[in-house]
Amino acid sequence: MATVAIASGRLSRAPLRHTAPILLVAPLALYMAAFYALPLASMLLRSIADPTWTMENYRRLAGDAVFLHVFGTTLRTALIVTLGALAFGYPVALALSRLRQGAATLVLIIVLLPFWTSVLVRSYAWMVLLGRKGLVNEALIATGLIDAPLKLLNTPFAVHIAMIHILLPYMILPIASVLRQIDGALLRAAAGLGAPPRRVFLQVVLPLSIPGVAAGVLLVFVLSLGFYITPALVGGPRDLMLSMLIAQQVDLLNWPYAACLSTALLAATLLLILVSLRLPGVRDVLRTATR
Amino acid sequence: MDGTALPATGQAQALHGASVVLSGIEKRFDNVGAVRGISLDILSGEFITLLGPSGSGKTTTLMMIAGFETPDAGDITIDRRSVVALPPYRRNIGMVFQNYALFPHLTVADNIGFPLKQRGVDRATRARLVAESLDLVRLPGYQARYPRQLSGGQQQRVALARSIVFHPRLLLMDEPLGALDKQLRESLQLEMRRLHADLGITFVYVTHDQEEALTMSDRVAVMNEGLIAQVGTPEDLYDRPCDRFVASFIGESNFLPGVVRGNEDGMVVADCGGATLRAVARIRHAPGEAVTLAARPERVHFAGVQDDRIRRNRMAATIAEIVFAGERRRYLCQCEGGVSIVLKEASSAEIRPRVVGERVELAWSAADTVIV
Repeated sequence: MATVAIASGRLSRAPLRHTAPILLVAPLALYMAAFYALPLASMLLRSIADPTWTMENYRRLAGDAVFLHVFGTTLRTALIVTLGALAFGYPVALALSRLRQGAATLVLIIVLLPFWTSVLVRSYAWMVLLGRKGLVNEALIATGLIDAPLKLLNTPFAVHIAMIHILLPYMILPIASVLRQIDGALLRAAAGLGAPPRRVFLQVVLPLSIPGVAAGVLLVFVLSLGFYITPALVGGPRDLMLSMLIAQQVDLLNWPYAACLSTALLAATLLLILVSLRLPGVRDVLRTATR
Repeated sequence: MDGTALPATGQAQALHGASVVLSGIEKRFDNVGAVRGISLDILSGEFITLLGPSGSGKTTTLMMIAGFETPDAGDITIDRRSVVALPPYRRNIGMVFQNYALFPHLTVADNIGFPLKQRGVDRATRARLVAESLDLVRLPGYQARYPRQLSGGQQQRVALARSIVFHPRLLLMDEPLGALDKQLRESLQLEMRRLHADLGITFVYVTHDQEEALTMSDRVAVMNEGLIAQVGTPEDLYDRPCDRFVASFIGESNFLPGVVRGNEDGMVVADCGGATLRAVARIRHAPGEAVTLAARPERVHFAGVQDDRIRRNRMAATIAEIVFAGERRRYLCQCEGGVSIVLKEASSAEIRPRVVGERVELAWSAADTVIV
């Protein structure tokens, strides 16, 4: 009924055919232009035009020990978190793809559960867990495994653990989506042709799931690059991430330097996304995973 | 792999086919019996088809032979060894699936080489065997292609090559031609027959297409509702269907209700709509018993002068409907006793066309009439 109405509406108002879609997206487009594109442009401008036109900020960045250290920390953290999420996420995605419909939905809800709490709350929860008198230390002492509390909070370890936890769904969903689409007949064919379960996985399932892995890795890595709240709360003072350095510079009212750092982060992220989208299959996976 | 070593030589070497025995196998899904007790002896080297409508249990039976399903009861032996406890990858059976199930991330050569790789065959031998099996399915030189670059018919040939390259002694096929158009299906049917003759191994073929089953098989097992209704050669099944299901599932049949009058010279004599008909019976029927007689439409003729031999069944009728279907005409005839009979006659310029309402006499051989 609805499609009929729309179709006839199109016919009777033919001149609107081209203008209507533009009108429909106009409010959002204007909103994004005013509150996203403009500030972004002004930030880019600031990095090269404050106080006068200059590339000096960028030139300095290349030789800036603090920046290079922070950038290194950021890349290393993103890499470790991505690998960790892959190691924990792939088996869950595999289980998800093999469960029956009802059970799969249940597991999916559990996987998505963290999404319903804010990152802030989840990061505070990790502070409670990992603190000197936190649950983890208390439990380890109670079982007699250690005598004195371990320093867990405000370490790179805490950052990695908390970020992996928060980003896991972004790894699991695209991989599970790809695994679910693998035709069961392929697995039966492989077994029938003489491959035991381990080799069915290594020679058929794993290679066919690579696009999903690539999509998950891309999502988690890119999100890790810009992570702020979690490393700020559970990380140590020496493990600054790029986003934290930017915030610090903004606090110091060092706008041109902050803008320059932001541009570097944005450029690195965009580069990664562009490269990844060229990999075969990744684009399709991102499209179906977000559906 | 133990006991699955490849013969060192030769393509299309006449292997000894495996013999398969199903004894009383049963399988239930969610408490619904998919297979309700099937026993079947599959002979070494024969081409046997499991034929039946969807839901008859034919694919489930095949999956149990392959090892993808475990029977709830009964036993399956291959060459007199029970295989029920063996996982599929230890059974050394070739299998072709309806949707081909080619690995999309592997080339044709790697797809066909897959079972060889699992058996530890070295790279050079693998390349040689792959080339030989591609020759066998008439796709030489296709090694480097990917499955998505092939047509449906070509994909099916690759799947076939992959399923025989490791020289299994048993090949299972689950509606392998179901997704192809009619012409391609017919040419591949002939190729499969040729392959079967060349390889000499046992083929177990599943289809719902009765014509395909009759064309290709040495023997056909007709399945219905989880049971085997009848096993026999295509001629057996067509000429001597054992029950009404087989008579209507394979080909078309006229069913005539009758009452047995007696037995005469090994034939049953029955009264049917005022006429006296004779039929071949598998068992003796007592006088007074109500039976159904079946006769194929193309074996019923309009009675002519030359047809006055004895042992012919005759009935008077009126033509109610005529349908022209190219190679033959199909007449629906209303008989006096209230039954209707379909008659098929080859269309030819030599044959006088009939008209609706014409009074005719139908005749057919008693030997072409069975009790179902």
